[in-house]
Amino acid sequence: MSVLNLSAVLSSRALWATGPSPDVPAADVVIDVRDLRMRYGRTDVLHGISFTAHRGEVLAVLGPNGAGKTTTIEILEGFRMRSAGQVSVLGVDPAHGGEAWRARLGVVLQSWRDHAKWQVRELLAHLGSYYAPYSEPGRRRPWDVDELIAAVGLTEHARTKVRRLSGGQRRRLDVAIGIVGRPELLFLDEPTAGFDPEARRDFHDLVHRLADQEEATIVLTTHDLDEAERLADRILILAGGQIIADGSADELSRRMSTQAEVRWSRDGQRFVHPADEPTRFVRDLFRQYGESIEDLEVRRASLEDTYMALVRQSESGADGDAPARAFSVVAG
Amino acid sequence: MNAQLAAARLGVRRGWIELRQMMTNAHDMALVTISAAVFVGVMLFSRTASVPGTGFSLGTTMLASVLGMNIGFNGLASLAGVLAVEREDGTLLRAKAIPHGMIGYLIGKIVTTSGVILISVASTLITGLFLFRGLAVGHAGAWLTLIWVLALGLAATLPIGAILGSLFPSARSAGLLTLVIGGLVAISGIFYPITHLPHWLQWIGQAFPLYWLGLGMRSALLPANLASVEIGHSWRHPATFGVLAGWTAVGLMLAPVVLRRMARRESGSTVAARREKALLRA
Repeated sequence: MSVLNLSAVLSSRALWATGPSPDVPAADVVIDVRDLRMRYGRTDVLHGISFTAHRGEVLAVLGPNGAGKTTTIEILEGFRMRSAGQVSVLGVDPAHGGEAWRARLGVVLQSWRDHAKWQVRELLAHLGSYYAPYSEPGRRRPWDVDELIAAVGLTEHARTKVRRLSGGQRRRLDVAIGIVGRPELLFLDEPTAGFDPEARRDFHDLVHRLADQEEATIVLTTHDLDEAERLADRILILAGGQIIADGSADELSRRMSTQAEVRWSRDGQRFVHPADEPTRFVRDLFRQYGESIEDLEVRRASLEDTYMALVRQSESGADGDAPARAFSVVAG
Repeated sequence: MNAQLAAARLGVRRGWIELRQMMTNAHDMALVTISAAVFVGVMLFSRTASVPGTGFSLGTTMLASVLGMNIGFNGLASLAGVLAVEREDGTLLRAKAIPHGMIGYLIGKIVTTSGVILISVASTLITGLFLFRGLAVGHAGAWLTLIWVLALGLAATLPIGAILGSLFPSARSAGLLTLVIGGLVAISGIFYPITHLPHWLQWIGQAFPLYWLGLGMRSALLPANLASVEIGHSWRHPATFGVLAGWTAVGLMLAPVVLRRMARRESGSTVAARREKALLRA
């Protein structure tokens, strides 16, 4: 799949994925979280967060350490009990999700030194066979093991023992184990930590394939804003146990009231000027100097700028709700 | 129900695969061989010494007792250790993330550990048959006793081993268990008759399965007249059966509760936290 194709797919999906629009059938809602709260002892980790995810959507969860990302994901995975709120994952409350529900989920875990003596193919074939009783019409489980190994680029290492894999190869194996049951919903916790650029690119292609061809919903946490921007249809930013932003990368940077930066040169001199309303600024610039303006550039805030601004704003606590109000889908 | 059965079958497969991996791993096999050689060495040293009050070889008696110890030690300490290690490194979490994975994982561990026990008992016994005189293995009764003690020994120790493995917070602390069980071996009449210990130690020894496994193996493999040096001058088969069956019942009753509680707590972040702690120590 070429890069051009990818961006086309991304933007077309981003159009309808920005929130629970009325024409999305209820059956397509894969994750529905309402007023989710989590408290450890006397500390509130999640202060009532709400969001939804739809079939085939790629959702990135961003946020500083301690924002509640991992807690949220683990509640959705059914690995952690919540304190309050309503959660539905694939139509089931994860607190009571049975094994048939479990079979429809994929979780990519960070391996350390488990299954060191197993060969790659042997391990994937074994773990995959637990999914065989859960095949459905149109979704044969598990994934064919050799096809899967090829998909994550480990064909040359099919007979290699896990302990002999490099860090990057091990992460590819983690991903393969996560998707061996052909999940309808996949959770990835910092999937590309430790990937080289090529592995990262391959991984991104794989995620797009899963979302497009398998119609899998994908929820990933990451610290890599570039990755979030490239992969996700929608980005959730968590800070201090609250959702402070929810929207596509484009929407986030457009709606955040950060300034654009205008750069130009005139008579061999370079200028940089921040502008709240760049279009008007540039019009004025041309009116004033006309033809002598050269090398004009207008830069929107990057996702990173937006992210930093939002998190800083929420952490300063001056008006924690303000950024949330700026977006279409907000907590509560 | 069907999926559960399928997972149980996969667990047996998993047990075989891991047993085969162990058998073909030079490091694992070296460890097994060396520890077996140490025990056989100790027995050889005591071959000419005799059990107090008899003319029978202490080394031969030890051989029978060590078979019992193999069952108890592997069933309790090895299984507990493996569970603690694999909880720490995330193997268990992987099992939890797949449908009925925990059933497969646990059955796999039971099969592997049982396999290791069978192999160690068989290899020690075969070596012993060549090196030691006086083993009374010429009649069917000996083998029958050996088989029921072995089977009941597995049933009594494996669930308890799994429980212990779930209770220890880390692989390192589970290492302490090996010391504790080593101490228990010392008061279970494995290397020297228990009757030579103070009474209160005899009582403690008799509370645990190790003593009874040693006694059971001696009753299977030694001549009948050697029962005279045991407590009550008898092989006490009914008591052996009773104590081992009691431990089996306790283990089977508690294991599902404890294991479920342990599994419930596993998540990506608990494994990550343990990894961080372990790496800090290293």
